Amino acid sequence: MATNISFILNGDEISYEVKDHWTLSHLLREEMGLIGTKEGCGNGECGACTVIVDKLAVNSCLYLAIEVEGKIVETIEGLASTSGALHPIQQSFVKNGGIQCGFCSPGMIMSSKALLDKNPDANHEEIKHALAGNICRCTGYVQILESVEAVKNMGGQNE
Amino acid sequence: MSKSNSDFSVVGKRIPKLDAAQKAMGRAEYIQDIKLPGMLYGRILYSKYAHANIVKIDTSKAVALSGVHAVLTGEDVPEKMKMGFIKDNPPIKKGKVCSFRDEVAAVAAISPEIAKKALDLIEIEYEEQIGIFDPEKAMEKDSPLVHGHLKSNVLKMPWDIHYGDVEKAEKESAFVVEDRFTTQWVTHCCLGTSGAIALFDANDNLTIHTNTQIPSLAQKDFLESLKAMGLENKRVRVIKPIIGGGFGSKLDTYAYEHIAILLAHKCRKPVKIAFDRVEEFKATSTRQPTIIYIKQGCDKNGKLTFRDMRMVLDNGAHTSWGATTPSVMLMPISSLYRVENVKYVAKCVYTNNTYSQAMRGYGNPQATFAIESSMDMLAEKAGIDRIEIRRINRNQSGDETPQGLKITTCGLEECIDAVEKELKFDGKNEKGVGTGIASLIHVGGGARIYGSDGCGAILKMDDYGKVDVFTGGTDMGQGLDNIIAQIVAEELGLLAEDINVVHSDTDICPWDVGAHASRSTFVAGNAALGAAKKVKQKIQKFASKLFDVPAEKIEFKDKLVFVPGDQEKSMPLGKLLRKAHFSPGGTMLMAEYFYDPDNQNMGKELKGNMSMTYSFGAHGAKVKVDEETGKVEVLEYVAAHDVGRAINPLLLEGQVYGGVVMGLGYALTEEVTVKDGEIMNANFRDYKLFTAKDAVKIKAPIIETDDKDGPFGAKGIGEPGCVPTAPAIANAIYDAVGVRIKDLPITPEKVLVALKKKND
Ligand code: FES
Ligand code: FES
Repeated sequence: MATNISFILNGDEISYEVKDHWTLSHLLREEMGLIGTKEGCGNGECGACTVIVDKLAVNSCLYLAIEVEGKIVETIEGLASTSGALHPIQQSFVKNGGIQCGFCSPGMIMSSKALLDKNPDANHEEIKHALAGNICRCTGYVQILESVEAVKNMGGQNE
Repeated sequence: MSKSNSDFSVVGKRIPKLDAAQKAMGRAEYIQDIKLPGMLYGRILYSKYAHANIVKIDTSKAVALSGVHAVLTGEDVPEKMKMGFIKDNPPIKKGKVCSFRDEVAAVAAISPEIAKKALDLIEIEYEEQIGIFDPEKAMEKDSPLVHGHLKSNVLKMPWDIHYGDVEKAEKESAFVVEDRFTTQWVTHCCLGTSGAIALFDANDNLTIHTNTQIPSLAQKDFLESLKAMGLENKRVRVIKPIIGGGFGSKLDTYAYEHIAILLAHKCRKPVKIAFDRVEEFKATSTRQPTIIYIKQGCDKNGKLTFRDMRMVLDNGAHTSWGATTPSVMLMPISSLYRVENVKYVAKCVYTNNTYSQAMRGYGNPQATFAIESSMDMLAEKAGIDRIEIRRINRNQSGDETPQGLKITTCGLEECIDAVEKELKFDGKNEKGVGTGIASLIHVGGGARIYGSDGCGAILKMDDYGKVDVFTGGTDMGQGLDNIIAQIVAEELGLLAEDINVVHSDTDICPWDVGAHASRSTFVAGNAALGAAKKVKQKIQKFASKLFDVPAEKIEFKDKLVFVPGDQEKSMPLGKLLRKAHFSPGGTMLMAEYFYDPDNQNMGKELKGNMSMTYSFGAHGAKVKVDEETGKVEVLEYVAAHDVGRAINPLLLEGQVYGGVVMGLGYALTEEVTVKDGEIMNANFRDYKLFTAKDAVKIKAPIIETDDKDGPFGAKGIGEPGCVPTAPAIANAIYDAVGVRIKDLPITPEKVLVALKKKND
């Protein structure tokens, strides 16, 4: 079964014929070639596939593609400005050592963005809580948390 | 005179990872992201039993499924195609399986879904055999054999070492402690799972994109596979894409890579095998689990007299590098603290469990857990302060240890001081709170495991003052590319961003033995530095004609080539390069360098200076133990390391933090639970990694000892972060509530049981 859905993806209106069993991560990665969204488990355990749907961070590996009908979807590819400038959260991760192998990074950055969009002044506990579903094996989280702390209050806005 | 960081313009600076922006934007391509035209998807079928004979395999239904291009069983694998350093492991098993992880069939199909379906259609009849899962039982005379053609489950390995006279030293000791420690299976949990894409060209030359830490050695393994397949004199190109973590997991070649090669050859198309998470847990290798018996003693002043250790290593059903971890365990056993009389016997035993591999620390975390737990027990017995006993016995610059390790520079004392400064060790913490300390030694200047410990570098200058460095070294997220860029930039008076580091492609990059033993900064760094010096000389020679001054008068800084004190004689490097290239009889500014450290293989005596220098460290932990639940909370952590020189403190701290948290998982939460050979927790819900919620406050003091052989004085620091973590925690728990847990991981259940026993 396939269904035609319309949604907003990184600011663009999209209409796409999706199979009912496709996950959002499948749609993004395999069908649309948006490889920035990573899959580390495919089972809702690692957060590497985190994207933002209607302002909420979700695991796109569990989220059915047809469910985004009428919704606003943000992925890592939509964060940098059209002129190519990194989003402040991306900049902060780069500058503060929040990225090593980088496999968790898109998901981490999207979880951070969802948090800071809603709560630009999040405290340390709130940041830890918001990132609790994103596994990182490389950094021990120290520099990731520092990255988010450093960009608080500048988070939600592009440019 | 040793240099200070202010003497450098690029070295010692916190320069962000050069590839981080790419990764932050989601543009980095991992094996999961790569698709080649016409590519098929391979998948592997694993055994249903820990130990069984394969009576019959029927693949006809899978072969008939539309979209399936090939189905392989053990019958299709050439006899000589075997993996592991003793070649005991064919990529698909024939006739018999010895573990749940054993491969029994594989398919290639046009989609991952069809490949999966095809596996479900393969019918196999097994005849189950008795399995053996306890290595100590497997050593007994009448134990069933894992491999029937061998006479015993005990591997033939040389680990029986005696330096000095342990028996005599024991008799003369004032205090002796003795105990048994055990360590569990843990696994790397790279966030990017394993994968490979193999393809052949029209002449049967192979290209393989694969997650590896050893491009050059993998090339050799794959060439041997081709030879076994009857493909003689072919070329193999190994390309490593960006990988989602290594930690030692990619130091061998694996069945999935060799199976991808077989399938690609059979189908004449590119074939990709990419693991899902369950497969990553079940079919990649673990850290070597151990049973450790330790006895050590000291004189009445607390000076160590002897150390006597015996270990049993569960080798699993096949052999990978896990069986060689005693070679590195020997280092802390013989050389962590000054101890003259040392004995070490290790037995690696085949069982029907999964097999182990290299994992960050390569045996050192296991050995150090026993040694450093036992040090605290000895201090208590001797009535000596636990920091004091470590100071008394600390290694010092200029020492040569019984194993023959030459300690060129040693900052262990400063590391212990740094820990003591941060945490209270006077036993006056509040109730339920305690502190612990543990030290480490690790190879910091390469490690001569193979005949060579070398790495090559090729350096090429363009017309504009930019540099390409082709290194044999492998970046896997740890930031080797930055380190090389900073080293080369420093030498040539450029910025790190002027240096493009190309790595992990055997058609382009020079030879290297791989990213292991924390050797890359030291060995690949020295290779790049050697090439930079050579090219510098060539430029000096060219400029000396131009400026009409002796070559050695010419210096490099801020992208200029100049003669100090003579403003006329100065030229932007780019301009000079163009002159070199464009003038008649021009010269190309390029250099290669091969650095093979002057370290030694351990000979028959199992002695030798295996590394050019050694990294040291001391870790301190402050924990709170909830006596109701047994839960251990890490309140503060200090990890001080002698790193020689921090080429990039930002990245170095990242290595330490990441290592420490991996070590904390090892200490407290992580365990691959195995029941009769079967892995029971193959997912991130049940395999408990630390998350951001458990994030710990970590301080990472850096001690710089400016090692004479390191590039700009640097030593390796990739592994040490996770080496003494478990004993630091165990010692802190003992300090907090008076129970000593000797079995990792230290779960709340184990703490509760011990507390109950203590209070009864
Ligand atoms: S891939 Fe979605 S949570 Fe791991
Ligand atoms: S940077 Fe490697 S998993 Fe986070």
